[in-house]
Amino acid sequence: MWCGVSAALWPVRCRSFLLQCRNICSGNVGRKSVVDGVLPSFRSVCGEDGVSLSEAIREQHGKDESVHKCCPPDVVVFPRSVDEVSALAKICHMHCLPIIPFGTGTGLEGGVGAMKGGVCFSLRNMDQVLDLHVEDFDVTVEPGVTRKALNSYLRDTGLWFPVDPGADASLCGMAATSASGTNAVRYGTMRENIMNLEVVLADGTIINTAGKGRRPRKTSAGYNLTNLFVGSEGTLGIITKTTLRLYGIPEAVVSAVCSFPSVQAAVDSTVQILQSGVPIARIEFLDDVMIDACNRFSSLSYPVTPTLFLEFHGSERSLEEQVNTSEEITQCNGGSDFQWAKDEETRSRLWKARHDAWYAALALRPGCKAYATDVCVPLSMLPQIIVETKEDLIANKLTGPIAGHVGDGNFHCLMVLDPNDPDELQRVHLFTERLARRALAMSGTCTGEHGVGLGKRALLVEEMGAQAIQVMQSLKETLDPKNLMNPGKVLPVLCPSQSKI
Amino acid sequence: FQVGLLVSVKRFFLFLFEIRVKPDKSGVVTDGVKHSMNPFCEIAVEEAVKLKEKKLIKEVVAVSCGPQQAQETIRTALAMGADRGIHVQVAGKDYENLGPLQVSKIMAALAKKEEAQLVILGKQAIDDDCNQTGQMTAALLDWPQGTFASEVSFEGDKLKVVREIDGGLETITINTPAVVTADLRLNTPRYATLPNIMKAKKKKIAIMKPEDLGVDITSRVEVLRVDEPPQREAGVKVETVQDLVGKLKDSGLV
Repeated sequence: MWCGVSAALWPVRCRSFLLQCRNICSGNVGRKSVVDGVLPSFRSVCGEDGVSLSEAIREQHGKDESVHKCCPPDVVVFPRSVDEVSALAKICHMHCLPIIPFGTGTGLEGGVGAMKGGVCFSLRNMDQVLDLHVEDFDVTVEPGVTRKALNSYLRDTGLWFPVDPGADASLCGMAATSASGTNAVRYGTMRENIMNLEVVLADGTIINTAGKGRRPRKTSAGYNLTNLFVGSEGTLGIITKTTLRLYGIPEAVVSAVCSFPSVQAAVDSTVQILQSGVPIARIEFLDDVMIDACNRFSSLSYPVTPTLFLEFHGSERSLEEQVNTSEEITQCNGGSDFQWAKDEETRSRLWKARHDAWYAALALRPGCKAYATDVCVPLSMLPQIIVETKEDLIANKLTGPIAGHVGDGNFHCLMVLDPNDPDELQRVHLFTERLARRALAMSGTCTGEHGVGLGKRALLVEEMGAQAIQVMQSLKETLDPKNLMNPGKVLPVLCPSQSKI
Repeated sequence: FQVGLLVSVKRFFLFLFEIRVKPDKSGVVTDGVKHSMNPFCEIAVEEAVKLKEKKLIKEVVAVSCGPQQAQETIRTALAMGADRGIHVQVAGKDYENLGPLQVSKIMAALAKKEEAQLVILGKQAIDDDCNQTGQMTAALLDWPQGTFASEVSFEGDKLKVVREIDGGLETITINTPAVVTADLRLNTPRYATLPNIMKAKKKKIAIMKPEDLGVDITSRVEVLRVDEPPQREAGVKVETVQDLVGKLKDSGLV
């Protein structure tokens, strides 16, 4: 829906885009007959049960958890192995059918919409945890394994995979979108924690980005193909295995909450805590609007001011030091009401506000939907961008409580909007564009965690600049000359001969 | 109040994975399936360790009956905080036929041998859902039992147990020594951390056979057949309400 067209022409272009999308989605007659023709080949690869044309299944595989409209594929296939994925890809390649990889459908940027129809590869039947090496801290998983399933599997080993986006997402899907979570400040994002990928390219070729079965902790060998595919959102290949870096489960955990008189004070504390060498695991920011919503939703009574939620991991002794240092720093910055807890039940209670933030935001306006913006800026810019953003929200009468991974300079405005109010939709759309441009102007990025998907392609061009985009286009054309891999995502279509989506 | 505590742990599939029946219908496929401690046993171990941390218990001994791999499960209990383990060796066909009655005889014998004052088990195992071992152990020992516990505390030398029952919560006070079985909401089990797993390697696991305890493990139960639940069949779409009512009447449901 929001494909980054210029604001003034948005209503006109949007309408024509929607018409175009509807035409494309609801059945290009030529493509449909091609799909019908290949169905027997699909069935011979993944069995009768492995191919679905039913409307319900196709709709389920044409949308994710974003606000983008459902764009169902022509057919959904369920391969059971990388060889089946490769065989299916070869068939699609021969007949020029778009390929859309699908993990758990929990993306937030419309990445699975089949803009040009085609074949959705649902990878959920490839759900094995392979090759766990406890002493080497690595494990290889297939796309059907979600992060919670992996951590359950690992529970007896003392290891865990810490990247934790909100949803229980497929790990290979997280690789494709370069996902991140609340403890990126200590453990990193997917980019830092993937050692190897098995990828099927558009023509069915199977490659291992770091060599088959290889899992050294570091390497200088050749081009970094692994990180080329991380974050490629299905536009360069289908990820069928990922080898992940694991960490030891923390011996002990302490959670803390602290209120601040201003955003500046909260961010200053964050910077100083990081500078003092405290290996803080989570540091989350909630603004006053969000805290107010949380108080109401969860019957809490936090002071209605900018608040930090902190979490520390380590041994019992080191935790004491970490908490004391952090408490001192917050006090120096005017922080108050510093509470902390060690046992599971009290920690959950302290962090309840942060965990329920999404629902608390939705509860502010029952019947509305929510959309999370996602910009990231250098830490020093955070107070300024948050202050300017809040002014923008008030001036445009928008509901947008703010929650953020302040240790990374990444924050989300949870925009609560009435999907049936076109005026509000437009105001939200323009606001998110202004926010993204504000972040870009402060040396930041238009997407910290969620990816580019459908809606941020024009912003990507602004962020990267024409030359870098040109290099990305060249890579795309080299790996996928027929533009079959998840068309219409990440990169804007520049070739005039292809229909402008 | 310094007592010794026995906690029983059982090993089965990690609850996430799909169960398939063997082609000869004699049981379920166990090869290559990831195993883990029964979830209710984890809760039992957690409660035992918590009682020890509160200094109400002197020593936690983790017990498991089974083949060699049962030691992995005992090690996990040790990593969670148990002090030592006892592995009662039962393998092969004997293990396939091992049921609540035999396990409870073993637990009763061990409780006497170790002079335990408290025996905690998970309320049931997720492979057979029997929910019998705790109760049988109490009967064999002639000890009081607090089953489906969602809260356990000491009141003097008695045990106060809040039980989850169909009607709500029931609070009882029982004398010690006693048997308790853990229900879901008793606690949230801790994860075994790497340093604790390393320490657990040094803790002792005593190995013995059922005969050493004077227990006869012949089963009085014979499994005849194991079947999968019937496959779900496709539904039928009807055009009108009349059609629906007609079909319901035809199949005798209305």
